[in-house]
Amino acid sequence: MKDKSVLVIGGGVAGMQASFDLAEAGIKLCLVERTPSIGGRMAQLDKTFPTNDCAICILAPKMMDCYRHENIEVLTLSEVIAIEGDIGSFKVKICEKPRFVDAEKCTGCGDCARVCPMGIKSKFDMDLRVRSGANVPFMQAVPLIYSLDRDKCMRCGLCESVCGKDAIRFNQKPGIVERDVSAIIVAIGFDPLDPSGLTEYGYRRYDNVITALEFERLICAAGPTGGRVIRKDGSEVKRIAWIQCVGARDTRDNRPYCSSVCCMYATKEAILTKEHYPEAETFILYTDLRCFGKGFQEYVNRAEGDYGVEYIRGKPGEIREKEDKNLEIFYSPTSDKVEKLEVDMVVLSTALIPSEGVEKLAEILGTELDEYNFFKLKDPYNPTETTRTGIFVAGYCQAPRDIPECIAHGSAAASRAMEVVLGGSYDRIT
Amino acid sequence: MTESLRIGVFICHCGTNIGGVVDVPVVAEYASTLKNVVHAECNLYTCSSDGLECIKSAIQEYELNRVVVASCTPRTHEPLFRATCEGAGLNSYLFEFVNIRDQCSWVHMHEPELATEKAKDLVRMGVAKAALLEPLEELSSDVIPSAVVIGAGISGMTAALSIAKNGFYVHLIEKEREMGGLLSRLYKLYPTEELVDDFLEQRIKTVGGHERVELHLSTSIKNITGYVGQFKVILDENGAEKSIDCGVIIVATGAKELEPEGLYEYDGKRVITQLQLEEKLRRDALNVDGIKNVVMIQCAGARGEVVRYCSKICCMNAIKNAKLIKEANPDINVFIAHNELQAYGEEYELYYRAAKKAGVRFLRFPREKRPKVRTSDGKLIVDVFHDRMQMNIPLDADLVVLSVPLVQNPDAESLSKLLKVPLGQDRFFFEAHVKLRPVDFATDGIFLCGTAQGPKDIEESISQGYAAASRATIPLAKGYVRSAAITSSVDEAKCVGCGICESVCPYGAIAVVETEEGRRARVTGVKCKGCGTCGSSCIKKAIEMHHFTDEQLIAQERAAFVIEAVVSG
Repeated sequence: MKDKSVLVIGGGVAGMQASFDLAEAGIKLCLVERTPSIGGRMAQLDKTFPTNDCAICILAPKMMDCYRHENIEVLTLSEVIAIEGDIGSFKVKICEKPRFVDAEKCTGCGDCARVCPMGIKSKFDMDLRVRSGANVPFMQAVPLIYSLDRDKCMRCGLCESVCGKDAIRFNQKPGIVERDVSAIIVAIGFDPLDPSGLTEYGYRRYDNVITALEFERLICAAGPTGGRVIRKDGSEVKRIAWIQCVGARDTRDNRPYCSSVCCMYATKEAILTKEHYPEAETFILYTDLRCFGKGFQEYVNRAEGDYGVEYIRGKPGEIREKEDKNLEIFYSPTSDKVEKLEVDMVVLSTALIPSEGVEKLAEILGTELDEYNFFKLKDPYNPTETTRTGIFVAGYCQAPRDIPECIAHGSAAASRAMEVVLGGSYDRIT
Repeated sequence: MTESLRIGVFICHCGTNIGGVVDVPVVAEYASTLKNVVHAECNLYTCSSDGLECIKSAIQEYELNRVVVASCTPRTHEPLFRATCEGAGLNSYLFEFVNIRDQCSWVHMHEPELATEKAKDLVRMGVAKAALLEPLEELSSDVIPSAVVIGAGISGMTAALSIAKNGFYVHLIEKEREMGGLLSRLYKLYPTEELVDDFLEQRIKTVGGHERVELHLSTSIKNITGYVGQFKVILDENGAEKSIDCGVIIVATGAKELEPEGLYEYDGKRVITQLQLEEKLRRDALNVDGIKNVVMIQCAGARGEVVRYCSKICCMNAIKNAKLIKEANPDINVFIAHNELQAYGEEYELYYRAAKKAGVRFLRFPREKRPKVRTSDGKLIVDVFHDRMQMNIPLDADLVVLSVPLVQNPDAESLSKLLKVPLGQDRFFFEAHVKLRPVDFATDGIFLCGTAQGPKDIEESISQGYAAASRATIPLAKGYVRSAAITSSVDEAKCVGCGICESVCPYGAIAVVETEEGRRARVTGVKCKGCGTCGSSCIKKAIEMHHFTDEQLIAQERAAFVIEAVVSG
């Protein structure tokens, strides 16, 4: 009997969960990840709410479980370029981009990275660190295989000369991989919104206005500053404010939805700031405090009561930069007042939006997106079924949800794929 | 031990990752001087295929019966090295890992000499423990290929159907006479405004009609014994006792509305709950009662009033009911007094906007100034302190609707005891990990979904139902469960049956039983995770942890301080 298998697109926490469940149930699958490592957005976070667990510490074992599983084939630096067929017999074409490193030989020692003279901004570290042209995105990357940036490479050959395993391959070409699968799960996650277009906040114009994901890298002990939250001039923060709903619940760019996770991650980031700098003053400016999940209200109570995080209701109308590069935030707490809050750093809790390339992928898959580019469900009470039979969706790319919800959604999509593969059920389930 | 010890030690450079700080050849040289070590070598990368080949051939060539690798972390590499030993014919538990990357070259990168000394210490300790390692076997046991799902609300129905579709038999157990759970008492769903009756009818038909779903209505659970793969569930089905064997269990027992006794002048007539309102809406009773003003109060009993948590669904549920009233009867004034408004996600924010557009009025009160309900000349008045205007607004009300939180069912306590799974501080069932394992219990083979885990809406309850189905299908599809070799065992001659171990075991894996010799603790190997909690709490030192025996750990610790004893002379 021919092995029936599944394709999972996206190696973030939802895609990994779906893959792991399927693999454990004895189903072979191919996990396709666009970047050099699985792990997704969660790998970029410092801690997670509401338990303040170290994100990568709890994620890394899951990444290894996936990668080492005998039923999972992980293809990194890879993208789906075409599919044919139907539920039960999809034919998938995947493009594997060259790493310029022999994946079999590379042991991830990093000798190549230490000699490479190139300096390139690290996307993983939100451009806050300069990395070399031979790179793994982060220390716990899975697979731990280096890749070279050939676009910017000067071909000096230093990496080749130091590599003890003779693993450098300057002439590697892209490869096309074809797989037959019975079902497909899409779990391509989200991107943070670039808030430069929302001029009232001064992002990129003002020195000390950053985004929440940039903050995660700064506060992370393994990040570019070793956990120091520093301003552009190198000084550490003393008064810091988070601004909620930046680009979210906002009809200007047709983004009326709530990103669902920002109130809680801002609360977490404020708590972490207090843990790093007990003397610092922290403010969260919000519209509605959305602390609806398990243990969330209790977490906010702790932030307020134990850590002294100050919650202020009011969405800023404007931020001004002073000469000393401090920032003045203007907001209106009641209908007859405008107040000013001066801080030395502003963190923007930006809307989370569907990942770049989602439209192209949806076109390849033949699935519909909704008007905000999230994957559309055939039926709102069938939370993993896309508009195309046999293609399921998991995680944030369907709608905003937090990590445990993404994991449950990943497992849910896995069960739907199991219905196809184990149960031979090709009909729509109500 | 009759065989002579022959230990091989492999020290990894990891390129320059370890080798750049720790003097690896010196550590290897030192290792070769240690007692029982017959071979020591360094590898550029022990984990590379060349490195693994070195381990294999050394096992053959030097007849090694213990292997120590000093390299990175067991978290990522232990399975690889264990498998390599196994491949060369050595029991994989005769392998010991020493981490000289994280613990030496990384943390002491600026003190290379001291890092090298520490690496020697750690290797010496690893070798001392390795000398006492014993071969262990992983046992496997069969899984009965069927599931029991407790609770036939929306999440339990979803889980049962998906497991059945995955090809396995399901017993769906419901204490009421019908399926549907709390949902069946609602009027319409948000945000689609689909009639609940239509929605449920179709699903009840599909689930109840599936050939692999066996329904047990009006049924309660009397007893549960066993472990993953081999559970026995005793039911009371309409007064008759029944016994079911199954491999996995899903808890989907749902939640109930808080009874707001003593809050906001609640009387069940003019001051009612949202669920009571839904029942009125089902009967179209608002017109009949000639109601003109409806005031809804959010967080009634929640977020610090009776329970600490936010109940997640009440804002949207209130918005739905308010919108439905307003659309059906535009003359009725509907106010929602709220603090924060939980219109999260993609659809709900839009639905909130639609309710505003329909004419529902929203008034925000500060969290510390909740609304008050009073009676004046027989009329109900709700005083709401308006946050933005900073003033009190008295609202006339013919009907006050309290948005009360979901709370745990009272019988959850006894179920949690039968299953030996925990409830959290909020009394909801407590999952294995808040972040990473939302539908698992720490105990293998038992899963949860829906509002039994905490308040959630229909869509999320369905999502969790499918998720629990996926998790539960894994052991069913495998057909076996492998028990870890690293478990605890009880020396019954030393055990006095005090039961401390049983009370501290988070997995229900150790229990005191009556034996011919008296009360003694016994371990169920399949349930044991080898955490060691029982061992460390045993006052009689009757419990031993395989692979982490007192003897092994003490030898390791002694080697940290008593250097001479372990260097071969």
